[in-house]
Amino acid sequence: MTATLISGVSVELNAEGFFEKPEQWVPEIADELARQEGIAVLTDRHWQVIRFMRQEYFSRGSGPTVRTLGKASGVSVKELYELFPHGPAKVAARIAGIPKPRGCI
Amino acid sequence: MSSRIVILGAGTGGTLAANRLHRELGRRGAEITVIDLDDVHVYQPGLLFVPFGLARPHHLERPRQSQLNSDILYIERLIDHVDADRNTVVLRDGEEVPYDVLIVATGSVLSPDETEGLSDAIAMNAVHHFYTLHAAEVLEAALDRFDGGRLVVNVVDNPIKCPVAPLEFCFLADWYFHQRGIRDRVEITYVTPLDGAFTKPIASDTLGSLLTEKNIRLIPDFNTGSVDGIKRRLVGYDGREVPFDLAVVIPMHSGAVYVGRSNGLGDENNFVPTDPHTMQSLVRPNIFVIGDAANIPASKAGSVAHFEGDALVANVVHFINGETLDASYDGHTNCFIESGFGKALLIDFNYDTEPMPGRFPGTVGLPLLKESRLNHWGKVTFQWLYWHALLAGRRIPGIKSKMPTAGKRVELGGPQRLRSIERPKEGPKPEKVS
Repeated sequence: MTATLISGVSVELNAEGFFEKPEQWVPEIADELARQEGIAVLTDRHWQVIRFMRQEYFSRGSGPTVRTLGKASGVSVKELYELFPHGPAKVAARIAGIPKPRGCI
Repeated sequence: MSSRIVILGAGTGGTLAANRLHRELGRRGAEITVIDLDDVHVYQPGLLFVPFGLARPHHLERPRQSQLNSDILYIERLIDHVDADRNTVVLRDGEEVPYDVLIVATGSVLSPDETEGLSDAIAMNAVHHFYTLHAAEVLEAALDRFDGGRLVVNVVDNPIKCPVAPLEFCFLADWYFHQRGIRDRVEITYVTPLDGAFTKPIASDTLGSLLTEKNIRLIPDFNTGSVDGIKRRLVGYDGREVPFDLAVVIPMHSGAVYVGRSNGLGDENNFVPTDPHTMQSLVRPNIFVIGDAANIPASKAGSVAHFEGDALVANVVHFINGETLDASYDGHTNCFIESGFGKALLIDFNYDTEPMPGRFPGTVGLPLLKESRLNHWGKVTFQWLYWHALLAGRRIPGIKSKMPTAGKRVELGGPQRLRSIERPKEGPKPEKVS
């Protein structure tokens, strides 16, 4: 785990780029996190997913899977892949500042 | 006073919970009722072997009711819904079954309709699976007719029952085509949404090497968007395509359908929100959950239901007596992984410790995370223990519900891999979703 400065905010990320302490996240750093994931501009639709990710994490203890996102976030799975082409669950979790979704097996 | 305990589902979890609660509480302590929709209990670990002609379907079935102690009332009827506000189960024919304690043990069902084209592809026999006796038999015939080409094995999304079963299917297919002398004419590909053969790193490496060794191609990070049964290909959400001549596609799993009709009982996938340690639901204090029906971050597997049994039974008894629920399930899971040619691996892990090499259950025992004939015989023998000891709720010598560490090379996992699964208590309030 290493401390990294994102838009002037010090956060701790693990080797895979996920937040270990979601409370270090503030909305102001999301744009910079998104750019690191190759997303130039965060739209309202992106934000709807980001807010949902954090809400799920804090109420259930894990970020949602793509399937849950598609059913409950108000954004369809197809659109999720348009918004986050490199895998919605993991990329949105990094931008939303929550740990890697467990995707339990 | 006698408590009315109603158990929904007479599979692995429901049956062992009923028999053990009956033993704990006696006939006067509790009135136990079990409800299920038919009288066929399937030994599900056996389904994997049917397509290869290694198990006969009728050897895997027994009546559900005969697995239950005769003092337990068995109702063979469809459940319409649970009315948790009135502590009542409403059956499809309108009859009501009131309870003091409810145990949800109705497992999971396949949801092929959640994937575009999958149900049609299955109906037209282009795509198969082995998660029901019927499907496994149809696949056996399809494999028998298959004399070369591309065999694709795909997991659409987790969780699925027995997450290693699709890998085992690949290993056994490799063996099967060798036996038939046509292995060089078959290309086997394993397509998974995970970033490797398995999620847990050490096991993923071992299983990934086995795939390579057996010349089975791995396509990771593939999220199946649709299945085209006519053109015979999987299409990923990212646009990638995987063509096949024969495909085994494991559909997504959901909780039982009645859970969706029961206001507030299930999540968006009909699994019941459950405390991962006490097995008490987060829905109502008098509703408990065992096995696949729970949304806890453990595998959907018979060993999980078995190991959850200790905590569940103890906590249901505590609840009835008005005591604190102090029994705790640690996430212990134990799976034999059949690797073909009469060999198998064994993995043993829990919420915090990933599968590691060593021996199980102690320094003298079955080899862990390593192919061996002994493990294959362990897997074969287990069926007898399942019917005669596990379902009846008898102790299996040497096997405890807490994960053992003696015999394990724990230094490989190390404490840095320990992940607590406690819910976050600190931190900012969740933002509102607009």
